[in-house]
Amino acid sequence: MHKKDQPLIFELSKEGRTGYSLTPLDVPDVDIQSLAPQGFIRETAPELPEVAELDIMRHYTALSKRNHGVDSGFYPLGSCTMKYNPKVNESVARYAGFAHIHPLQEASSVQGAMELMYDLQQHLIEITGMDEVTLQPAAGAHGEWTGLMMIRAFHEANGDFKRTKVIVPDSAHGTNPASATVAGFDTITVKSDDQGLVDLEDLKRVVGEDTAALMLTNPNTLGLFEENILEMASIIHEAGGKLYYDGANLNAVLSKARPGDMGFDVVHLNLHKTFTGPHGGGGPGSGPVGVKKDLVPYLPKPILVKNGDRYDFDYNRPDSIGRVKPFYGNFGINVRAYTYIRTMGPDGLKAVSEYAVLNANYMMRRLAPHFDLPFDRHCKHEFVLSGKRQKKLGVRTLDIAKRLLDFGYHPPTIYFPLNVEECMMIEPTETESKETLDAFIDAMIQIAKEVEDSPEVVQNAPHTTIIGRLDETKAARQPVLRYIKKEAVEV
Amino acid sequence: MNHRYLPMTDQDQKEMLQAVGVENINDLFSDIPEKVRFQGDLKIKPAKSETALTRELLNMAAKNADTKQYISFLGAGVYDHYSPAIVDHVISRSEFYTAYTPYQPEISQGELQAIFEYQTMICELTGMEVANSSMYDGGTSFAEAAMLSAGQTRRKKVLVSEAVNPESRAVLKTYAAGQHIEVVTVPQKNGVTDLEKLKEMLTDEVAAVMVQYPNFFGQIERLDEIEAITHTEKAMFVVSSNPLSLGALTPPGQFGADIVVGDAQPFGLPQAFGGPHCGYFAVTKKLMRKVPGRLVGETTDDGGQRGYVLTLQAREQHIRRDKATSNICSNQALNALAASVAMTALGKRGIEEIARQNFKKAHYAKQQLTSAGIQLAEEGYTFNEFVIKLSRPVKEINEALLQKGIIAGYDLGRDYENRENQMLVAVTEQRTKEDIDTFVKELIQYA
Repeated sequence: MHKKDQPLIFELSKEGRTGYSLTPLDVPDVDIQSLAPQGFIRETAPELPEVAELDIMRHYTALSKRNHGVDSGFYPLGSCTMKYNPKVNESVARYAGFAHIHPLQEASSVQGAMELMYDLQQHLIEITGMDEVTLQPAAGAHGEWTGLMMIRAFHEANGDFKRTKVIVPDSAHGTNPASATVAGFDTITVKSDDQGLVDLEDLKRVVGEDTAALMLTNPNTLGLFEENILEMASIIHEAGGKLYYDGANLNAVLSKARPGDMGFDVVHLNLHKTFTGPHGGGGPGSGPVGVKKDLVPYLPKPILVKNGDRYDFDYNRPDSIGRVKPFYGNFGINVRAYTYIRTMGPDGLKAVSEYAVLNANYMMRRLAPHFDLPFDRHCKHEFVLSGKRQKKLGVRTLDIAKRLLDFGYHPPTIYFPLNVEECMMIEPTETESKETLDAFIDAMIQIAKEVEDSPEVVQNAPHTTIIGRLDETKAARQPVLRYIKKEAVEV
Repeated sequence: MNHRYLPMTDQDQKEMLQAVGVENINDLFSDIPEKVRFQGDLKIKPAKSETALTRELLNMAAKNADTKQYISFLGAGVYDHYSPAIVDHVISRSEFYTAYTPYQPEISQGELQAIFEYQTMICELTGMEVANSSMYDGGTSFAEAAMLSAGQTRRKKVLVSEAVNPESRAVLKTYAAGQHIEVVTVPQKNGVTDLEKLKEMLTDEVAAVMVQYPNFFGQIERLDEIEAITHTEKAMFVVSSNPLSLGALTPPGQFGADIVVGDAQPFGLPQAFGGPHCGYFAVTKKLMRKVPGRLVGETTDDGGQRGYVLTLQAREQHIRRDKATSNICSNQALNALAASVAMTALGKRGIEEIARQNFKKAHYAKQQLTSAGIQLAEEGYTFNEFVIKLSRPVKEINEALLQKGIIAGYDLGRDYENRENQMLVAVTEQRTKEDIDTFVKELIQYA
């Protein structure tokens, strides 16, 4: 990585340089002022940078070198499933017939795209054990909200307006309660027991006539399978509520346990996690939602239908919650996920979960002597460690994470879930080799030793990155959210 | 099993099982109750080799009429624009596309700096003070603007112009239902928001007045007049805007907009059958702490060196949970990067030139069509889209023109009862004079 500060693209700008190639205007020119009301033609051009093409490429190449991706090195960020992003997916998504088609073209001219969407839906239905799937939501949180809106529509259609509460475990992703709020619900938290699972007694206590749904990730964010899932399903269903599956951790149970068979009524998937999206530096993702029969009428519209050999969009859906996104979802990401599923097949997907789970258990057992293991049982695709022991020696989990940067690794998810002290959540995925896992384990063991022998090395980490620890307080107290030309400031 | 994405060998597996202390992998799944354990094999298509699969998918793609081969006059929110080749090369650098949210700033400076630059460019185009790091798309961004307005004003009603993209209005309606926000439509008159009606409908219960600029019919709304009306009742002034048009048009920020949203798809993002695109969200400084989604800010490290971090995170779901301003987590970061590269390539001069070409080419097409005897649905100033009246169903004409290698305009009868047989025509800088002349010649046969 380059140590030197990379100037902002605006600082590289020089008047008179260009980086574009437009065909000169080939229709008769007209006075631009005559084409808009007075005062509506911009007087001062926006200050976009003026840079020639090579310098643009060098700028972004320099930036890319200051970024760590899965292709750069191990990235065991828990709950994010940072697996390999297959290159063939990228090629397929760029086929002109997929990348350069307009969503409002006549259906007759996009039958191939509709066929792909339809077949992807069929594959996801089988993988999740649900009855129907919509590809419209753009990401996981968007899928959560979509699912909750459907649950709300279901209850309201039954004349049931008192179901205002969504139950969420204390170990849940932050998006769960936030999505519940956006869908107009209040959130109630249900506690975890000392086994790291939802406390059934507490669940019975909070469930009631006002329960709209329970949102659950299974395996949960501690990487543990909620083995009382059937009891939980019946508690919720008997109370008249619905069971919502957060698919963030589906990578653990492909072909092993399907949400539909566990009693879930609604499921969202994160195609950018389990199905190799890729993550794109924070998106775009794709968050399809699957539902059981009784929720099908409420799916977002349009619905993709197949009549004989022809595909169509059906907008005549009187009970639909409406649109959740313009058009039909993040099609480009769906193309990648479809390519991946077709590359793996049924045996491949089963192996994905088996190897992901074995990798996680292997790491957990090898690291257990060196860190606190809050839940000593088989994990699924991820596990949590606690840095309690290290904290007593004055080293925080944040320090350990920063020290890992010196070894060329992206650290695990830290301080989440909230119910584990000094938490580190580690998810290796199935695409990592044993050699990679061993090297990471060795680094973690070395750091654990450093904590005992020379804690300051860890406390002051990172030592080798292009930049040191950044002052986040300053960033929040005196927000600078855009570049402003120096001269302008001095005036 | 042997698969190119799965490096585990039999030997690895043996050693790892031993280290874990179990006999076989299935033992690790023993915590899944028997009753819910999936038995057998998933009934999905068997795996295909890379060659066989790409052949199949190429054939599937070939069934679609793409705009590399067809001449497109279809817009309605998604456009065929010039995309500099450099864009795809930059976003294909896997340090960008295989990374996730930049939670560890020391090894994510590239992404963070690129987004900081993107935020700056969106501010420059819109004339606003603060822009976030992206939203899913223009439609959800529009809906989030209504929610922000309702939260900020503590009012539960928004007025939305009928001349706003119907897809965006549909998304807004769904979000509003969740938040118990009432959405009232302000009718359009002659293709623009009816300002007399707006005045009548505006009360001190209205959280926001929401318009589009240029609007769905391509017309340039009088933002100056709408702003004056809106702010008399202290409602938020929300403008949805095609950012490429702002290379030529006076930016909404200059007309006193409080929130400007839209989609950056015109900047280097393929149409991709409707997504992924890239919503943008820009506000005044006053609303900075209410913005949904991620924000990148500048700061310094322990040695005083300049760097970038995710900031003001107290607004967000992972901190605030059920009190967050929005539930958004994953956004469209890679597409924001793509849009930045396209905006950079265009630069200060290119953005003006491309926007003006859109204006002028659409104007030319409009003139050619009218001189050929085709009527405009309404007079008025338009950017790169306008509405024509035809004597037959648009769908019929579109199917016929497809045979001629043309993807014609949007059928407004789908969304507007009084606009049957009206076509929304988009003419971008990509269309040559010859393309336009061909379109006119072919269309006239069906007019």
